[in-house]
Amino acid sequence: MRIAFLSDIHGNREALEACLSHAERQGYDKLVFLGDLVGYGADPKFVVDKLAELIGKGAGSILGNHDAAAAAGLIEGMNDYASASIEWTHQELDKAQRELLLSMPMSIEEDDRLYVHSEASSPRSWAYITDASSAERSLRSHAARLTFCGHVHKQQLFHMTPQKPPVLFIPQTSIPVPLMGNRKWLAVQGSVGQPRDHNPAAAYSLLDTQRNELTYFRVPYDIEASAAKIHAAGLPKILAARLFIGR
Amino acid sequence: MKQALETGTLIDGFLIGEKLHVGGMASLWSVTRPDIDTPIVMKVPTIMDGEDAEVIVGFEMEMMILPRLAGPHVPRVFGVGDYASQPYIVMEYIDGQSLFPLLEQSPLPADQVIALAIRIANALRDLHRQNVIHFDLKPSNIMQRKNGEITFIDFGLSRHLQLPDLLEEEFHIPMGTGPYISPEQVLQNRSDSRSDLFSLGVILYHLVTGQRPFGFPQSANGLRRRLWRDPIPPRQHIRDIPMWFQEVILRCLEPDPERRYPTAAQLAFDLQNPVQVQITDRGERLKADGFFSVLKRRMGFAATMGAPHQPDNSAWLNAPIVVVAIDLTEESNALAQALRMHAANVLARLPGARLACVNVLKQNRLTMSYALDDEGRNLHIQRLVELKEWARPLGLAREKMTFHVLEHVDPAAALLEYTRSNHVDHILLGAQGTGALRRFMGSVSSQIVAEAPCSVTVVRVAEDKAE
Repeated sequence: MRIAFLSDIHGNREALEACLSHAERQGYDKLVFLGDLVGYGADPKFVVDKLAELIGKGAGSILGNHDAAAAAGLIEGMNDYASASIEWTHQELDKAQRELLLSMPMSIEEDDRLYVHSEASSPRSWAYITDASSAERSLRSHAARLTFCGHVHKQQLFHMTPQKPPVLFIPQTSIPVPLMGNRKWLAVQGSVGQPRDHNPAAAYSLLDTQRNELTYFRVPYDIEASAAKIHAAGLPKILAARLFIGR
Repeated sequence: MKQALETGTLIDGFLIGEKLHVGGMASLWSVTRPDIDTPIVMKVPTIMDGEDAEVIVGFEMEMMILPRLAGPHVPRVFGVGDYASQPYIVMEYIDGQSLFPLLEQSPLPADQVIALAIRIANALRDLHRQNVIHFDLKPSNIMQRKNGEITFIDFGLSRHLQLPDLLEEEFHIPMGTGPYISPEQVLQNRSDSRSDLFSLGVILYHLVTGQRPFGFPQSANGLRRRLWRDPIPPRQHIRDIPMWFQEVILRCLEPDPERRYPTAAQLAFDLQNPVQVQITDRGERLKADGFFSVLKRRMGFAATMGAPHQPDNSAWLNAPIVVVAIDLTEESNALAQALRMHAANVLARLPGARLACVNVLKQNRLTMSYALDDEGRNLHIQRLVELKEWARPLGLAREKMTFHVLEHVDPAAALLEYTRSNHVDHILLGAQGTGALRRFMGSVSSQIVAEAPCSVTVVRVAEDKAE
């Protein structure tokens, strides 16, 4: 089975469509969304409707912190521009769209895989995986051989044997990585709609369970269009500006 | 989880035959599968209580890397087992011998070692181009097939520069084999393809002198000695080793990778073009450095080495062998200048590049070789002189440039032959004329563009034509 992982779309329609179309060309059997479908970007309604359609076709999706906040209209603990976008997104979404977001689970387990938005030991704390120790906390909290998460907007792959701390590998674009069986892997996804690793191209990945290989991709998309919509919506300008530099 | 193998059992379609070999890390079994008609073997890690980490991770690395390699210089892989149930690698049986028995016969004649070195360096070039550094080159890991082709085996310490290094941080000790390990590996830096050139240098030194350049150290301190202690020059052991070959070997054995050849291809180039090797003190010396030079190096090294380098998986891209084919006739003056400008641009971007300046001395089919008479010899030398004059304004260090006058009835064939045998990465050449006749007849440049196994840049001088 070939599973495409899309994380941190953040209401960016152009980036989502570019990734879906790229994944279509690669060929996939299943889509998994790893949270933060909305917030920041100007197309939350489109993204949530797309999600509803894809869930109907068998896609999996889990809750992200921005989804929870936007659906409930809660802005606690967020910075100014994040909370501005959350309030705007909350107003944009209708009741059915908010309910769909809130109906998503915190995590999904499937075969030897765990899907979760943030660090897995305590998903509701929305902790970031920033280094080997947070990766280790996440990996040791579950028995799953493979964990897929998002939240940090950077493509990272940690691998860990039972007796050792995890080791970080920065995956290269389009190079399939064999997920060797004698260890656990934590595949941190880049962001579809808000990349922050100095590369503005949209990020997603594709797992081939037969070949046991994971390939990270980068997909260029129409940033100008996404940015223009953010300006038109009256959202903070920084949310558009950062798309161009991937920060 | 892992059952012991037995003759007659079937694993993933492979029928287990007899046990061929038991080593410290793995055992080899003869196996068969009805749809595979070449001899194949199954390599299985030695099962130990307590799960020896080095065996496990080394085998995982090999399972990861080997199936991603291709070509005659690595064993072809037919299947890889799942680590959780039964780890194995099924690969072709290499019909041949390792270089190990040659150590017993060493010192070998220099000519024989040089011929072998060319084949190993070219095989290594092919491996490095596939983004893999072997990191454990030694005579027992280098096989010679019956047809003489070199094949590397045992990739348990290897690294694929585009894939995770499973050995990273697994062991906090130097990984490699004592006599052959490079200084940067001693310092646990696993990112430099020039480490393999160091190990190859050790092998060549041993084969040609019968001695190990750094002995067989057993301790970490003993391993570190090669960071500052230079080996006894090969010619102190055997005086009639050519100076140029000593130059090549000692350049491979430079403790600082920056001072070695940038690529295996450039090493192979020197081995194949000995007349062009620039002989320095390295080639001439007959004694190892004295106490004070060694002490100075020892103090200096602590400061300069050991910082982990970023993996560089593009050494061969940044240090190409570039051929510039120059027509030296008076009419082609403007073209020769344009070629020089393009060569300068390439060299400015790629400081590791090596420039081979080539001129073809066209032979008449009737008088087979000019070189046989005085006139021909003079012409040959005159062309070399002119090539050097062409290159002088480039201001390139002598060891980065070579000059070749090829004698051939067919200039395109001569350049193509040269390109193939020296594994050239890029050819720069001029396009002669633009007229209808040229288009009709075809040209040297179009034939080279069509047939060269590398990039070709055709330089043309814009003509000022009155309409």
